[in-house]
Amino acid sequence: MKIALAGNPNVGKSTVFNALTGLHQHTGNWTGKTVTNAVGKFHYNNNDYEIYDLPGTYSLFSHSKEEEVARDFICFEKYDLVIVVCDAVCLERNLNLVLQILEITNKVIVCVNLLDEAKKKKIKIDLEQLSNILGVPVVGTSARSKKGLNDLLAKLEFKNFKNYKLDYGNLINEEIKKLSKILTKKVLDLNPDWVAVNLLNYDENLYMQITKYLNYDLLNDNEIIMQLKTIKEKLNFNIKDKIVNEIIKTAEEISQKVVTFEDKNYNLKNEKIDKIITSKIFGIPLMLIMLFIILWLTINGANYPSEILFQIFNNIEVYLNDFLIFINCPVWLNSLLIAGIYRVLTWVIAVMLPPMAIFFPLFTLLEDLGFLPRIAFNLDCLFKKCCACGKQALTMCMGFGCNAVGVSGARIIDSPRERIMAILTNVFVPCNGRFPTMITIISIFLVGINNEIFSVVILLLIILLGFLLTFITSYLLSKTVLKGIPSSFTIELPPYRRPQVGKVIIRSILDRTLFVLGRAVIIAIPAGALIWILGNIQINNINLLNHIANFLNPFGQLIGLDGVILLAFILGFPANEIVVPIMLMIYLATGELINIENLDSLKQILVNQGWTIKTAICMLIFTLCHFPCSTTCLTIKKETGSYKWMLLAIVIPTIVGFVICFLVNLFFNLL
Amino acid sequence: MFLSNMKIGDKVIVKKIVAKENIKRRLLDLGVIEGTIIKCVLKSPFNDPLAYLIRGSVIAIRKEDVKKIEVDLL
Repeated sequence: MKIALAGNPNVGKSTVFNALTGLHQHTGNWTGKTVTNAVGKFHYNNNDYEIYDLPGTYSLFSHSKEEEVARDFICFEKYDLVIVVCDAVCLERNLNLVLQILEITNKVIVCVNLLDEAKKKKIKIDLEQLSNILGVPVVGTSARSKKGLNDLLAKLEFKNFKNYKLDYGNLINEEIKKLSKILTKKVLDLNPDWVAVNLLNYDENLYMQITKYLNYDLLNDNEIIMQLKTIKEKLNFNIKDKIVNEIIKTAEEISQKVVTFEDKNYNLKNEKIDKIITSKIFGIPLMLIMLFIILWLTINGANYPSEILFQIFNNIEVYLNDFLIFINCPVWLNSLLIAGIYRVLTWVIAVMLPPMAIFFPLFTLLEDLGFLPRIAFNLDCLFKKCCACGKQALTMCMGFGCNAVGVSGARIIDSPRERIMAILTNVFVPCNGRFPTMITIISIFLVGINNEIFSVVILLLIILLGFLLTFITSYLLSKTVLKGIPSSFTIELPPYRRPQVGKVIIRSILDRTLFVLGRAVIIAIPAGALIWILGNIQINNINLLNHIANFLNPFGQLIGLDGVILLAFILGFPANEIVVPIMLMIYLATGELINIENLDSLKQILVNQGWTIKTAICMLIFTLCHFPCSTTCLTIKKETGSYKWMLLAIVIPTIVGFVICFLVNLFFNLL
Repeated sequence: MFLSNMKIGDKVIVKKIVAKENIKRRLLDLGVIEGTIIKCVLKSPFNDPLAYLIRGSVIAIRKEDVKKIEVDLL
């Protein structure tokens, strides 16, 4: 049996989904977390079920790409059952969608979720009466604490669905009936009543989709045109307004019958917190402090585990080496495996894993709490000035973890123009793969080793520079290739929810950390091999890496770097984490990745290669602004559907990086 | 009076909705029609957008988008 899981954004669809399937789709307390359909399977009572977790949507009249995904599924896909998940705290608004879906199919189960939250706010809901009114099963759940899920499972085999007919008033009801009769033969397996309502309540986007599905333009059909004309003559009021208003009024009436509020001031606590978080004085500083704390915890907490990991990997390497000698492995293969692949691989893990294992859970806690939409709310005005959308702040937050995630997250933005803007500028937010490089450079050149607080301050400044570049670039894009006035911005500020700390930590490590790490590992293996090969093929006694680096040197010098650094960035295209190890490998011309025991020896190596504070600053800037990694590029291509945007996403940050580094270099040379 | 020039704590009833089609749709999705009661609950640090309590949930909307939505103070 095929089940669709629909509902408003942020009502706990994914939680219900996870509880049913035992899968671990990531959940978060903000609108637009699920951007594609997730599919899961489960078995219950000798039946097999396939369940689709749709992105949240307020109605079937979609505005953004993610809502379109949900709408198309509900309207045109074949399924046996829709579970509409509702938020018990604001059931009235959720009923809107329930009513709209009931117009398409009666195979609906209404799942009133977040009952625990409603109970706390002293909101009571009469589920039985709701079920009687709608003619379909209604189940109450608190999916986070797994309450009520058995009731939901028990209802999956329910067969006795009644037909709920929305009452638009006699006049319109009758016309819908007539129109529907004509439509019956012309709409294939779509519900003719539903199509009739949608011809009267015309929405261009949805209508196009209907036409595409039927492969037939209903509004070009003479019989239908005639009928619509008669209706318009007969009913001399705005039918469209009447229809939409009627749905909302019905939702209101139903809600009045089944919901009782015992405490009218249930929102007060939330409001008090929000007043501080969004206040003129504290709003922006609070966000910066929050960012600072997260960065500080990440950097500080990651140092020690990183060292231990290096130690462990070094020890393993000795055994591995002995083993390879023991089985008579040829010397070149031994070198390729250990000095090439193993060292690049373990470097990536040792450098990346600890900060990610700290950063992602912290970020997920904020997400779970409901803090992210407040960031968008606070910053929207700045984005508006750059003709962008406040939700871009959310995609930027995601970018801290991984730019590819930030790019696909841009689906939450309604206007296609603003969505592309968010995609093109996402790389200006340094991702987890770039943090370690930045931190290393900062601590050995700018603030001195073991001075974490200052490291974080400088890192914060670089991040702010990234924000500034995001705003400037967005603004310039809106005046050139992405011309247009800002469309609109609406975002829901959900009630704060107590994060499920234990779950958050486990899930974010398993789902996000290991996912990103896995990706990096897959890339590190071939990259390690390639770099080893380039480092070991010699022409005129100089290996290929150095040949290329020599060629690039003049360009590198121009922007305060050198050929080796530039080459390291290019070879680091698959994953930014490996930029530093590649750089060291070329500098030392060892043909293999060496182990750097501590930051002091690393500093010595770099200084010997002519690094100065200028090189360090340019390196930091170029780490912030250069082409996105390969995964991000592929994601951009996939999300925008065009190579043009992908190319622009590569060119823009690279040029920006070149220009700034060039100016910095010039400044230092004049000094 | 318009939705965009409400003060925090103001409670109003919607009188007439004039807005761009996409905003109108979005508001309808959220359950805003003529006669709906709305309370202004938050102001962003830069004064725009405002956040409103609409049928039990808090929704942030830019001033510009709702500057022609007529309301009556309750």
